[in-house]
Amino acid sequence: MFDVEKIRLDFPILTKEIFGKPLVYLDNAATSQKPRQVIDALVEYYENFNANVHRGVHTLSMEATDRYEEAREKVSSFINSESSDLVIWTRNASESLNLVAYSWGEKNVHEGDEILLTPMEHHSNLVPWQELARRKNAVIKFIPMLENGTLDMDRVKELITERTVLVSAVHMSNALGTINPIKELAEEAHKLGAKILVDGAQSVPHMPTDVQELNCDFLAFSGHKMLGPTGIGALYVKEEILESMEPFLTGGEMVLEVSYEKASWADLPMKFEAGTPNIADSIALGSAVDYLNALGMGNVREHEKDMTAYALDRFRKADLEGLDLFGPDDPNIRGGVFSFNTPDVHPHDLGTFLDRIGIAVRTGHHCAMPLVRSLGVAATSRASFYLYNTKKEVDILVDGVTEALRYFRDGPK
Amino acid sequence: MDLSSIDDIYRDRVILDHCRNPRNVSPIESYDLSGDAVNPFCGDEVHFQIGLSGEHQIERVQFAGDGCAINMASGSLLSESVKGLTIDEASALSIRFVETMRQSIDQDVDQEFIGELSALISVRHFPVRIKCALLAWSALEDALSTKD
Repeated sequence: MFDVEKIRLDFPILTKEIFGKPLVYLDNAATSQKPRQVIDALVEYYENFNANVHRGVHTLSMEATDRYEEAREKVSSFINSESSDLVIWTRNASESLNLVAYSWGEKNVHEGDEILLTPMEHHSNLVPWQELARRKNAVIKFIPMLENGTLDMDRVKELITERTVLVSAVHMSNALGTINPIKELAEEAHKLGAKILVDGAQSVPHMPTDVQELNCDFLAFSGHKMLGPTGIGALYVKEEILESMEPFLTGGEMVLEVSYEKASWADLPMKFEAGTPNIADSIALGSAVDYLNALGMGNVREHEKDMTAYALDRFRKADLEGLDLFGPDDPNIRGGVFSFNTPDVHPHDLGTFLDRIGIAVRTGHHCAMPLVRSLGVAATSRASFYLYNTKKEVDILVDGVTEALRYFRDGPK
Repeated sequence: MDLSSIDDIYRDRVILDHCRNPRNVSPIESYDLSGDAVNPFCGDEVHFQIGLSGEHQIERVQFAGDGCAINMASGSLLSESVKGLTIDEASALSIRFVETMRQSIDQDVDQEFIGELSALISVRHFPVRIKCALLAWSALEDALSTKD
């Protein structure tokens, strides 16, 4: 039974007040809040197990190593990876994506090769490819987007060619909420020998993820959007690809044997993890995975689908003249992300207004500048939901936006 | 809904009034100085054209802008406050205004100098919005700096 009120008790921050109003936290696409269990895991590590991993023969180091590798196992199972050796710790999804762009891209992308992206990529899955394409004289192409914020899948077949080496797509758009048909994209990519990379920063926290079912070659995601701490993320890579990739960063921990002249590399996954890793945050991310598994990711998705349907309905029925809500209408292909534009009230004024009544939303371009510009606006307001949000909070949001529009139209009462 | 804390920023209707009915937006016949400022993070922008009387006196101002209420009100209020000033006076006003905006909220403000710009002072309650109030002043400085 998915009991939101009970879940909320696990999140200390949700009792906080902002300007005397209960916090309504709707900026989950930026980062999620953390349950007590995750916060405790950090404290427990530093109080009881703090030591460097994979080195000392002393007990503490072995205990730290066990917990650290156990966390990797948990994350690996969470995405149904074939092996935890295929899960590399990074700082965040951006670092995961850069790792692919350098370690795989430098070797496998050549002049004239094509990289296919979607127009709804976060800057983190756009800029590394722009830079790689610039270094290699490669070409970036985009799958067109339809009016409703979904990809024009009819065009995919013609856009993936013999020259395509990589299709890189966001699973769930952080700006529109659109859930893209990754499996279909993977099939099309593989038909012509291209690899497929999935940016799972928004999807892994919100829906069941199975890398074998998706048949993706790379999956990048962050810990902090899925109840974990900041500073820890992961990259999954299919074994035969990972085996052939060169190291990203070099130095300690990632070597097998070192002489003054040269070095050989450690086995997977350590070959890609130079230096002392982020031990504490990895372990705490493992606790976040435990927490999500106990709820069941299917249930998390169902809750958010329910919230999305409710919010879409409330937005449609409210007296919000001129409000443009972006993204698909169908909760089955949409996550709990609501970007909207209010022509008469600038997003920053709306954001300030909502903040003063306790509602945290994001305003701006959401690190997807070209996409937001293509919507014909400079910025939008975005409310994004997670497993601890309630329908009552949807009501508070819609009422708050309604009140803001009135305030800026009529002035203070 | 208790909106008293929101009135801290959009108080006395001055900001909302200047935002909805910005002053000095009509084109001016000719101009001697022009300046622009853009905040790439939010897309807000401000442009000024300034016509001088003689060598140094600001006689005509045209303000054009796009963005949030605070940005628009700041540009409009600025356009009013610099009319009639010499370039040096406008420059001094700008420096002093920017300094005041960056001071802590507890610090007293010299009401005489600040005049009708005082409506913008309340933006200091909202630290993340101070840059919205300062964009117009960057555009002014850009315009004044083109005078050799």
